[in-house]
Amino acid sequence: MEKISQKGFFSFLYDCFRWNMQGGVPFQIFRLFLIAGMVFGLYAYSHQARHGLEVTGMSNIVSWGFYISNFTFLVGVAAAAVMLILPAYMFHDPDFHRVVLIGEGLAVGALVMCLSFITVDLGGPLQAWHLIPGIGLFNFPSSILAWDVIVLNGYLLLNALVPLYILYSHYMGRKADERKYRPFVFLSIFWAFSIHMVTAFLYQGLPARPFWNNPLMGPRFLASAFAAGPSLIILVLATIHSFTSFKIEKQVFHKLRLIIVVSAIINLIMLFSEIFKEFYFPTHHSISAMYLFFGLEGHNALVPWIWTSIGCNVVATLILAFNPGDNSPKVLLPACLVLFIAIWMEKGIGLIVPGLIPSPMGEIVDYLPTWVELGVTLGIFCLGITVVSWLIHPALIIEERYDQLTGSAKE
Amino acid sequence: MVSRKDKEGQVKKKNLLDSQTSRRSFLKGASIAAAAGSAALVTGCVPGAEAGSSEEFSLKWEEYFKKHYRLMTQEEKDETIARLVKLAKLQYDLDIQMSSRPPQEQVLYGYAFNITRCEGFMDCVKACVKENNQDRKSKTQYIRTFEMEPGQLDPSTGDGKYFHEVPVDNKFYMGVQCFQCENAPCIKACPTKATWREPDGIVVVDYDWCIGCRYCMAACPYWGRRFNWGKPEIPQEEINTKQHYLGNRIRPKGKVEKCTFCVQRTREGKLPACAEACPTGARVFGNLLDPDSEIRYVLKHKKVFRMKEELGTDPKFWYFID
Ligand code: SF4
Ligand code: SF4
Repeated sequence: MEKISQKGFFSFLYDCFRWNMQGGVPFQIFRLFLIAGMVFGLYAYSHQARHGLEVTGMSNIVSWGFYISNFTFLVGVAAAAVMLILPAYMFHDPDFHRVVLIGEGLAVGALVMCLSFITVDLGGPLQAWHLIPGIGLFNFPSSILAWDVIVLNGYLLLNALVPLYILYSHYMGRKADERKYRPFVFLSIFWAFSIHMVTAFLYQGLPARPFWNNPLMGPRFLASAFAAGPSLIILVLATIHSFTSFKIEKQVFHKLRLIIVVSAIINLIMLFSEIFKEFYFPTHHSISAMYLFFGLEGHNALVPWIWTSIGCNVVATLILAFNPGDNSPKVLLPACLVLFIAIWMEKGIGLIVPGLIPSPMGEIVDYLPTWVELGVTLGIFCLGITVVSWLIHPALIIEERYDQLTGSAKE
Repeated sequence: MVSRKDKEGQVKKKNLLDSQTSRRSFLKGASIAAAAGSAALVTGCVPGAEAGSSEEFSLKWEEYFKKHYRLMTQEEKDETIARLVKLAKLQYDLDIQMSSRPPQEQVLYGYAFNITRCEGFMDCVKACVKENNQDRKSKTQYIRTFEMEPGQLDPSTGDGKYFHEVPVDNKFYMGVQCFQCENAPCIKACPTKATWREPDGIVVVDYDWCIGCRYCMAACPYWGRRFNWGKPEIPQEEINTKQHYLGNRIRPKGKVEKCTFCVQRTREGKLPACAEACPTGARVFGNLLDPDSEIRYVLKHKKVFRMKEELGTDPKFWYFID
């Protein structure tokens, strides 16, 4: 490492740590809440580790539940960082360039959550080393789950290392060398699409489950993620804008809104196309969709869930499209929140659970997560938010200092 | 935690059979650190966390680092079986026999189910549960029987939960289980190759290699797989002590299991427990490569069909009508 100032990588790490320990009282209280959530999650998980997955609501019929649902949804959130990366690095959009690090921080947090959800879902988490190529046996390229392990970890590395390099350069007071990181940015754009497609293929590739075995799965995944992810980014940016000294251009919100609207509309069109296919001429294969939307034989746990989700989805999309508040945050932010939650409901439980109901032998059971699953999930969400805040907090400080240093801070 | 494990590790080094390979010692070094970190949290699954004695602990520790069954030499298979037998003695005070008997040459197992004869008594289910040491608490069953309306042939339209006297007039019965697909989606799905098809056609699971991700369960079009949601519970006196490594040995919690055509019996030349228990003779089992076998007779002379033929899974399980 070339020496420009007497500062080095260790002082970089130390400063990041130090900055993280500082911050106002509300910030610390917020962190305490996160820690409490994680502790509760650990408690719930220790319960599950002791008794096995029987303490969850899953069964031999609904063999994947809340964990895998959240995992699936969060892959989309992680991939959505590409919607900042693409304009920022490829088109050199200055507005996006300022916030792209936040997007990448979010992606890292989402990926940490994804990997945690997979781990807590395993029956033998301690055997997970069987997956590591070299010491384990990795069923590649046959198993799509093996692909998923590769793409998720690769994306995590890319999204951690590129910002790390840029931040470190800025910390040292020099410009990050674009020639060095540009190839990796290209790679991460391609990779973002791949984590999506591979995760969709996980389900799409199973002829045993007609509800998933549907070529629209991958594209719909992309569309819904590019609506939900940027919605979350808007919410995070708005939070940063109002609670820190780091100010974000109005333009960023406008552009993100457009991305969300386009994606959300494409998502709705594809949803409509799926519903048409399932219900215009219902076949044997429509039975899971029937269960999801209308219930079967008195089992209708998901019916209110999915209709709430669709309702919220349509309303939020309309609001964002017609923009009644003229980009006023009072309208924009709630609409983004509603859209985000609607897609979480639909792409999480609404996608995974009905794929397993009824069983291939026609048996119908309902699924409800238990307190253990909810607790572990809460813990993982707190972990993810903690990771994001630990990454973004020092990143913003470094960026602000660098802006002052180079005098390029825009007012 | 660390120091305890280190101590145990030394005890182990002194009195255990195995020869150290570099791969193993690397793994051990790496894992002690990792296990120590997570031990407090995952006491449920750390090998030996519940161990009563140091011998039990070191056996479990050894077990934790063993290879995939298919990569083991015969010697290593014998070693792991010796450890499992000892563990059964220590944990359950049971004298079990465990085999690792390989497939016989020139054998490919096939099964045929006579829908005309089956009367829904479910003796097969009971025999299977007993033979294969299935968890009694969760009522795990590999075989399901469905009471069918005339005019239907798809079990998903039938009633799988009948609790009345059988046979009922004008109904018929169909049993389903894992069909030992030749082109099995479950095998393709497994990320760790913990499930595979043996040369005699039986699809097996290495219970110790499985990580419990349940992707294979989602992938199976016939609902042939079951998961050990908790630790299996079987009354001591009902445990079948004649076991096979790939068959009916007692499964750890958090692993997937399935019908193995009773590998522990069939490789010894016996019938699977279900076929033996059936009072009506509806179940035909045999070697597909033997032209004189009953199964070949059925396939040649009866009208047979298989389930979900359109998926191309090529099951080794046929239904036929007299
Ligand atoms: S029936 Fe299911 S579990 Fe059995 S081999 Fe076929 S796919 Fe695998
Ligand atoms: S549950 Fe076990 S056997 Fe099934 S796919 Fe996962 S690792 Fe393989």
